[in-house]
Parts: sequence; C-alpha cells; structure tokens
Amino acid sequence: MKIVLKVERFNPESDAAPYYQSYEVDAEPNERLLDALMHVKRFLDGSLGFRKSCAHGVCGSDAMRINGKDGLACKTLIKDVAQEDGDTITVQPLRYLPVQRDLIVDQDAFFKKYRSIKPYLINTTPVDQGERRQSQAERGKFDDTTNCILCASCYSACPVLGENAAFLGPAAIAQAYRFIADTRDEGFADRLPVLDAPDGVWPCQNHFKCTQSCPRSILITKRINQVKRMIEKQRDAGDTPSD
Amino acid sequence: MIHQFDTVIVGSGGAGLYAALEASERSKTAVLSKLYPIRSHTGAAQGGISAALGNVEEDKAEWHAFDTVKGGDYLVDQAAAKILTEEAIQAVYDLENRGLPFNRTPEGKIDQRRFGGHTRNFGEGPVRRACYAADRTGHMILQTLYQQCIKNEVAFFDEFQVVDLIMTDTTCNGVVAVELATGELHLFAAKAVLFATGGFGRMFKITSNAYANTGDGPAVCARKGIPLMDMEFFQFHPTGIMGLGILISEAVRGEGGILRNRDGHRFMEDYSPTLLDLAPRDIVARSMLTEVRAGKGIRGDRKIDDYLHLDATHLGKETLTTKLPDISSFCQTYLGIDPADSPIPVLPTAHYAMGGIPTDVHGRVICDGQGTIVNGLYAAGECACVSVHGANRLGTNSLLDLVVFGRRAGIHIGDYVKQIDMPQVSAADAADAQSWMARLTDGSPGPHGGRISEEMQTLMMEKVGIYRTASEMAAAVDALQALRERYQTVRVQDSGKQFNTDLLEVIELGNLLDLSLITAASALNRQESRGAHSREDFPERDDDRWLKHTLAQLAGDIVRLSDKPVDTSIWEPKPRTY
Ligand SMILES: Cc1cc2nc3c(=O)[nH]c(=O)nc-3n(C[C@H](O)[C@H](O)[C@H](O)COP(=O)(O)OP(=O)(O)OC[C@H]3O[C@@H](n4cnc5c(N)ncnc54)[C@H](O)[C@@H]3O)c2cc1C
Ligand code: SF4
Ligand code: FES
Repeated sequence: MKIVLKVERFNPESDAAPYYQSYEVDAEPNERLLDALMHVKRFLDGSLGFRKSCAHGVCGSDAMRINGKDGLACKTLIKDVAQEDGDTITVQPLRYLPVQRDLIVDQDAFFKKYRSIKPYLINTTPVDQGERRQSQAERGKFDDTTNCILCASCYSACPVLGENAAFLGPAAIAQAYRFIADTRDEGFADRLPVLDAPDGVWPCQNHFKCTQSCPRSILITKRINQVKRMIEKQRDAGDTPSD
Repeated sequence: MIHQFDTVIVGSGGAGLYAALEASERSKTAVLSKLYPIRSHTGAAQGGISAALGNVEEDKAEWHAFDTVKGGDYLVDQAAAKILTEEAIQAVYDLENRGLPFNRTPEGKIDQRRFGGHTRNFGEGPVRRACYAADRTGHMILQTLYQQCIKNEVAFFDEFQVVDLIMTDTTCNGVVAVELATGELHLFAAKAVLFATGGFGRMFKITSNAYANTGDGPAVCARKGIPLMDMEFFQFHPTGIMGLGILISEAVRGEGGILRNRDGHRFMEDYSPTLLDLAPRDIVARSMLTEVRAGKGIRGDRKIDDYLHLDATHLGKETLTTKLPDISSFCQTYLGIDPADSPIPVLPTAHYAMGGIPTDVHGRVICDGQGTIVNGLYAAGECACVSVHGANRLGTNSLLDLVVFGRRAGIHIGDYVKQIDMPQVSAADAADAQSWMARLTDGSPGPHGGRISEEMQTLMMEKVGIYRTASEMAAAVDALQALRERYQTVRVQDSGKQFNTDLLEVIELGNLLDLSLITAASALNRQESRGAHSREDFPERDDDRWLKHTLAQLAGDIVRLSDKPVDTSIWEPKPRTY
C-alpha cells in the first residue's frame, strides 16, 4: 500500500525552526515503520536523520513519537499505524530532549539521570563458592525491570517531565528498583539520597503513560510506587527494608 | 583534535566492555563506539553462554573443549579452545558476582540448558551447559558490563566512528575517528588499540545482524595490509524468522522444540540420528536446505525462500513465558502468532563470522603465517579470529569468547602499555581519511549507495551462501570487483556536518564491499567442504590439502591468499558425525 510519512525535520546547523516533510512510500502492512524510514534514507533522501541498529526491538536506538505515541519504529508495523492507501503516519522526535538532527535527540540528560541512581550491583560481601545463590522466585520480583533497553520512550511519554524537567523520570526509578529489589544488592542506602529527593520518586503522579509506552512491557508505574513504599517503610522502621 | 590515551578500545559490545574493565584498571583508557554502548549487538544475543559448571548434570571443561573442536570441524586451534573452556567457569561466576541475573535452579544455582553440539563424554548425547537469563542472555551481559564500567568510571566517547588506523610499519600508533554529533575528525594517539567492532552479517540480504554490523574493524585492518583469517566461514543460523531474518534462538530447540517439514516429519532424524535438532548449526542449516530443494518445504515449491516449521507448541506456556519470553514476543509482533499455538515459519539467516582479524590467545593481532605480531594492535570478540570457532561456531561459545578473550586482551594491554612510550601522531595522519571523505562529499553528481548495497547483499546471499560452487563464487568475485568500482563514484546526499549518517553509512558500505570480496575470494580458493563452507563441487573435507587456516590479504582490487597452520596438538582430526 501507499503511505505518506510525515516527518518532523530540524537541522540546528541550518534551520531556524522545525518543519514537516512528507514522503510517499510503498510499504507492506506487515513491514516495520523502520523499513519505510530506511527506504526513504536509501532511495529518496539520504539526509534524513534517525538512529537505528538491531531492527527488532532490543537495542533501544529508534524510539520516536509515532502518530503522537512514543515507541520503537522497528517494533511498530505499518498496519498498526496506517489502515488505508494514502494514510499518513506522523513521525516526530522524542520530547524533552534537545533535537540534534531530525529524529535524533540528545540523550545526555536521560543517561545522566540513569547513572545517578548507581545502576550496578552494590555488594561488598565476598562470595564464597563461585556464585551467589538466589531463588527463581526472588529473581522473579524484579525480572521485568531487567528488560529495560534505555530507549527513553517512557521519558518522552511522561507528563510530569513536561512540567518538571528535573524529575528523575520513569526509567531511572525502574532501574533503581531493579537493584534494590535484588536479594544480592546492599545499596539501598546509597541510592536513597537521589530517590528520596524532591525531584526523585515523589513527583510521579501515576499517569501510567510510561507503562503504556514501554516497548519491553515493564511495569514501570508499579515499580515506582514500590520504591515509594520502600522509602516510607524505611522511614518508619528507621533501618533498611528487606525487600 | 588530537587525544592521547595509553589504550583505545574500539567497540563497546561484550568484548570491548570486558577489555575496558580490565584495561582501565591498569592504564589510561578510552572506549570509542559508534553506537551508545548499550545499543551494541551483544544485547541481541538470546540463548546463553556456555560453561561446564555442572550445576544440573555432570560436565567437564575437557568435554566442552572437544565439542568446540569437533563443532569447528577441526579448524579450531586446540590450545585456544582449551583456554576458552577452562576459563569459562570463572568467567560465568564473575558475571554472576557482578550482578547478572541468571535463571536459577530449584537450589538457587545458575540454571543450564541444552544447546546444539554441546555433549557429554565426547559426543554421547546432549548436555546442559548453557547458562542463561531467559532468552536475553546477551542483553544481560551487555547491561551488566556497562553497569560495571559506570561504576569504575570508564571514559567513553559515544557515537565516535573509527574510520582509519594510524600505523608505521608493523606498529599501531592510534586511530582516526569521526564524531557523529559534530562531523569533526579526531585523532587518538595510543600505545595500544583494541578492535572489538563485532560482526558483519550485513553483507547478506537475510541476516540476524544489526544495521551497525558492518565489519569496520576488519575492513580498516585489511586496507592497512593486515590479512584476514578464515573469512570463507560464515555461519547461517538455521532458525531466522522467514523473510525477516530475525533470530529465533537455538534455545527453542534446546528446550525441546522440533523442526518439521511439510509432512510434519521431524527431518533431523534423517541427518543426525544422535543429536537430532541439536546438531551443530552448519549441519541443521544444510539439512533444511536439502529438504526445501526436495520439495519438502512448507510451500513445497523448491524455491530458495521456501521455509520450514519450528514447532514449540508442545513446550507449554510456562516454559515459553519463563525461558523464552522474547521469542514469544517477536513471534507475536512480527508474525502475529503465538508459538504456544502455531509453529514458527523459519529459514536459515546469516548470523556469525567465524573469520576475522587473526590474533593469538592474548588478543595480539598477527599479520602472517609465522605469527608475527603487529605491535600495539589487538582484537577481540566477533571481529577477531583466535581461532576458537574454526569452521563452525557452536551456539553460546561466542558470548563466552567475548568475556574470556576480551578479558585476556584487556589484561595483556595493561601490561604492554607500561613498557612503551606514547607514539607521536600529527594532523597528517588523518590525511587519507580526510581525502576520501572529501571525495564522498564533494557535491559532484553520483549515485547513492542504496542500490549497490542491495546488489551486494543479494549477490552474497545467492552465490556465497550455504551451498557453494566454483562458477557461482567466481561470478561473485567479478561482480564484487565491479561493485567496488561503482562505489568509487558514489556521492553522499547529505551536505550537513552534524549527524551526517548518510556519510557514515556510505563508509560502512565500503567496508562491507571489501569484506564481501575477501569472503568470496577465500571461499573460491578453498576446494573442500568443512563446517559452514560447503561446496557442491568438493563435497568432502580434505585434511591433506586443507587442514590449514586461510589468510587473505587485500591488495587493491585483488585478494592474495596464503595460509597458517592449525593447532591440532590435543585431538587428531576425525570424521565428523553426530
Ligand atoms: C540475534 C543474535 C543472537 C545471538 N545469540 C547468541 C547466544 O545466545 N550465545 C552466544 O554465545 N552468541 C550469540 N550470538 C553471537 C554474539 O552475540 C555476538 O557474536 C557477539 O555479541 C559479538 O560481540 P562483540 O562484542 O564482538 O560485538 P558487538 O556487540 O556487535 O559490538 C560491536 C561494537 O563495536 C562498535 N563499533 C563497530 N564499528 C565501529 C567503528 N567503526 N567505530 C567505533 N565503534 C564501532 C559498535 O558500536 C559496538 O559497540 C548472537 C548473535 C545474534 C546476532
Ligand atoms: S523502561 Fe521501557 S520505555 Fe523506559 S527506557 Fe526502559 S525499555 Fe524504554
Ligand atoms: S533498532 Fe534496535 S530497538 Fe529499534
């Protein structure tokens, strides 16, 4: 079928403001949106800027706004966003991150927040016998959060970040949960100053937009609420919680 | 701009990051990567990483080494395979200790599952050796290593694409890289450079590899006159999603999945009576093609793109959701099917480069058949050829290769750089890169790279694919030479400097063309069938003439071929049956 790709373009080197450019493309309903973008890049307009790599939803390169919703171009099929011949698919860069070129945004702020929660196992107790033990049930508590590919879809989907740019954001909190819910981790106290800060977990208002946008089905909002409860519980008890 | 580091690591997949962890503790280290580190294709690896932990049944490193050698059709360097499999055990524990969330046994130990070609007691039957984290083991390895690099404050230059090496005679002095965000050229003077740039499956039309897998490291080395080793051995993975090439992990068969033809027959019974669906990949991929050619594919039209069924319907929802969740999700997203209810339509997909930059067991690059070292140049991971995979890699041995040899290279570099002085580099060292980038962007009319790329991928798929013959490969060599000539007229359409992805992709295309030519020429040269290289005109393995590694040196538009001995110091080559 024929579709129209309406792409928001902006090159800070030469453009005063963002503008839309439309490309007419032949695409199969079962093709990925990324295939259509690649077709434009290879055969119509080499100057179109976007990131991509794995092409099957596991590397997090091609998150963008597709018809107003955040998601991965390689995990969106044409038939999900266009029904009839001549339909238009609108493609824009992610929100709240500076545009560097067309659909390419500067992810620095996003990664800085991720790094701030100390996203690594903290455990200073030496290991005896090769491996640390963990039951499959203990592992199951944080399993979904280990799926994160740091694509920043949730970041762009979050209405709170629109009002408070300093908010830690959904991905970073979900990744904090990934570690503090891991029975092998001892770093809750180390992460607390960032999480229990005015711009830490508290600005979240349960809009659930992050959870809906996440291409890896992470229960982000639930995890944020669990972190809030862990902090509260710890305040009540005055010591480190066990889960 | 000129930077100085003791150590420069090019690439931030599993191999690059592991090397960085070790090297950065011992020397001033920079990691350059054209992708954000966590976007590297290691993150796509699904099924597992092998180590003879013996957590669920008896296992030994020696059995693992033997399987690796036999799986590689005896083209594996055996002492290297021994190191790989012995160091595997500590490597996996180390990943666990660093936080990797492996699936667990009921006792809380790292769980293990079956994978193709991995056997107990020298081939008696399948063994559970693959440690795994659902079907996203590579994702977890990449995340864990990146997290550790954050912890250790490793210096990253994200979105820097290396385009050239700086060399004097047989010494490496650094690299030249383009910063994507600005388009500026940067020179990095370094006492040691490690290439860990990953695979190059994008030579082929149907592949499990990412867009970024364009073999930049090997291509840059080849243009500096360093021969590449065993490039004719490219692995086709049996189960790619029909038409798309997206990988369906061998773990599906490891958990009990079965390949079936149009009659519902488990055809691997006819080809590999002992290991069945868990025979090594080269054997399964060939068996599938044989079925298709006999009209036993699902459509039955004998066409090259006919497919077969991977049946996982009997595994049950529980196994699919806890052990193969991503596979289930790929099937839902791209095929609209649930593997619990319907078989998966599959077809072999270009997957893994056994060949690459020749190295010793410390990752040092070798530039001839006598083992001469290129000072200060290292390689590890899929772009390197140690060789532990020989003519055919076993599943789960690549992730293992990354961590074992990435680590070894990082440690060796740390010691090496202490002994030498910082090399001098100057702006003139970027002159070559500058001049060909200027040509590509000079604004004169010329074709775009898109068509050339398409033609190359189709050609490689059809003429240098699973089954090969002299006439087709010779035609491929000619056609690739012609494509390389046409490439000289290509011009970039994007005139911007910042994030000129058009320019970078055209450079990547040049790399793929060089590697395609080397692959086709090496394949044409080897007159036997071994592992993944199967010739219809020479169907047998011929140890008398061909038990040796190929070295292929690019010289203008021709490829010069020579060889290097194989280390068979432990096991005598034997016929390979399963
Ligand atoms: C879908 C899939 C599933 C797999 N599953 C398994 C499995 O279950 N078990 C197993 O053992 N193996 C598996 N493999 C194989 C294994 O994953 C790869 O061989 C391995 O991950 C390669 O790692 P690497 O570190 O060498 O390269 P990569 O992870 O590909 O990283 C390459 C790095 O180099 C950088 N780079 C490349 N070119 C340049 C340049 N010019 N300048 C700067 N940086 C550059 C990239 O940015 C990237 O960071 C799988 C492969 C695929 C494709
Ligand atoms: S939580 Fe989901 S949406 Fe957010 S960065 Fe991770 S994978 Fe992307
Ligand atoms: S290209 Fe990797 S997630 Fe889409």
